[in-house]
Amino acid sequence: MGRKLLLEHVNVPGIETYEVYRKNGGYRSVEKALKTMSPQNVVEEVQASGLRGRGGAGFPTGMKWSFLAKPEGVPRYLLCNADESEPGTFKDRYLMEKIPHLLVEGMITSSYALGCNQAYIYIRGEYMWVLEIVEKAIAEAYANGWLGKNILGSGYDLDLSIAPGGGAYICGEETALIESLEGKRGNPRIKPPFPAVKGLWGCPTVVNNVETIAAVVPIVNDGGAEYAKIGIGKSTGTKLISACGNLVKPGVYELDLGVSVEEFIYSDEWCGGIANGKKLKACVPGGSSVPILPANLVCKTAEGTDRLMTYESLAEGGFASGSMLGSGGFIVFDEDQCIVRNTWNFARFYAHESCGQCSPCREGTGWMEKVLHRLEYGHGNLRDIDLLAEINKKIEGNTICPLGDAAAWPVAAAIRHFREEFEWHVTNPDEAQKRNFGIASAHVPLV
Amino acid sequence: MSIKITNGNATDEVAPQFSAERMVEVQRIINQYPEGKHKSALMRILHMAEEDFGGWLSVPTMNYVAGILNIQPIEVYEVATFYTMFNIEKPGKVVLEVCRTGPCMLVGSDNIIDHLKLQLGVEVGGTSADGMFTLKTAECLGACGYGPMLQCGKHYHEHLTTEKVDALLDAFRKEHSTSSNN
Repeated sequence: MGRKLLLEHVNVPGIETYEVYRKNGGYRSVEKALKTMSPQNVVEEVQASGLRGRGGAGFPTGMKWSFLAKPEGVPRYLLCNADESEPGTFKDRYLMEKIPHLLVEGMITSSYALGCNQAYIYIRGEYMWVLEIVEKAIAEAYANGWLGKNILGSGYDLDLSIAPGGGAYICGEETALIESLEGKRGNPRIKPPFPAVKGLWGCPTVVNNVETIAAVVPIVNDGGAEYAKIGIGKSTGTKLISACGNLVKPGVYELDLGVSVEEFIYSDEWCGGIANGKKLKACVPGGSSVPILPANLVCKTAEGTDRLMTYESLAEGGFASGSMLGSGGFIVFDEDQCIVRNTWNFARFYAHESCGQCSPCREGTGWMEKVLHRLEYGHGNLRDIDLLAEINKKIEGNTICPLGDAAAWPVAAAIRHFREEFEWHVTNPDEAQKRNFGIASAHVPLV
Repeated sequence: MSIKITNGNATDEVAPQFSAERMVEVQRIINQYPEGKHKSALMRILHMAEEDFGGWLSVPTMNYVAGILNIQPIEVYEVATFYTMFNIEKPGKVVLEVCRTGPCMLVGSDNIIDHLKLQLGVEVGGTSADGMFTLKTAECLGACGYGPMLQCGKHYHEHLTTEKVDALLDAFRKEHSTSSNN
């Protein structure tokens, strides 16, 4: 299970430089694509690979690419979404920091497939030092003839540059990202029209996550069919998982989709188990927006089968007893953690990050934050728990972009699985007000 | 291809100005966008302006940037006020932003924030009496596996403990007392 497609050379000294990256087989996919394949061939390989968007939605990349409108005389754009802001997710940063040329290479090969002559990487503003690393890699690629005019004598031209955000989670939503790249506030656009038809500056645009773009490199090198052999069913290939929370070895791991969750959490090859010898209490397997799973539903599904690290297995049981693979932001909670406090924390995050455009989200996320705050600090009453569910229903599906849903789902899931813990905060206000957030869990038995 | 760079149309007496060297960089960034789409360079230039002009965006600074890009000042204000990274009030010399979101909280960011409040004698959002430090909290900074952490300028300081925080504060104090002596 130790296969690595993206991170194979990540520990080679100097891999961030062009020379070392090239010596380790870098830029082969560009050579292969530009010299031996038509753009359509590249798209077909990506379709055959079964690659799904690695930013969180899991939409098939080949299909997304096939939707790109190609009107005559209108430029098309490829944008890389490096606005990684989903709590629990830090895989794109790792990839860009360690092996920036892999992203640059992927951008060239993908742009060729889509017929784009201009591409941009939009990176979150806080990653300014990562921007500098990637910008240096781009300059090296230009200097060595992989970018610019007539690349490898193929007649294909491509310009690539990188732009920073300014600290807004919402800009990870593709239309907000486009607005932001146009130098505006990051307010998501109403769809349709979809970016594939009207995106950056009103032109057809594809927006893909960093890891998705990077995965195009091995897909072109080895062929889509080869990539599709890895994984299970519709979850093909490898996935970067950023594991964090109360783990012995938090960090970024590349794994074949299909590894069991139990193995991922407990084996020494991956996370090495729960830190400080404690017990697992809960897990948010795909970034803060996905439903939380209580310990009994983390390693097994409700049916008792092994839970696997795949899009399908993590979602098994729907919202009643499943979750989502999402962005791969794998957050683990030990037995001392308070679910109410954590739910309030995430609600505060969404209230802070709502762009304010749609009332249900702007007002609703703020209300949820306030209600959860009073529950956490012992000023709530039992009706508040149902009130949260009510607010939830009014946000969900009533907003332009999915931030509203992303704010609503984790709250609903936390109440579904840990209702006693919320009630305990109401019936034990004095203790709930104490600073140590482990107290609550000590009184509520593990499920 | 690109718009011509001017020194802006800011009329304020204290209007700042990029150095000639920085203007070359500004021009390079503007050139990354097609003709007529130079507004896309705004965010990058605002980051540069913050870096060069005291760590924040004053109205004259924003007007100056508007002038460079030949856009209305309001277009700069609305961006500067939307994105949390931009300071529209003058902060201390050193801005410490501690991540407070879930994964960092699980590994003790609350303790780091409390410790900094005590050490600096401020609440979150406040600036220490000597004008040296501004304490802020931030939402997820993408260092979830390496928390608790804080950001200071372009740098991330990860795997924090209260001892490490004290050492950091000392280092910042030294750095800034030397730089003011020069």
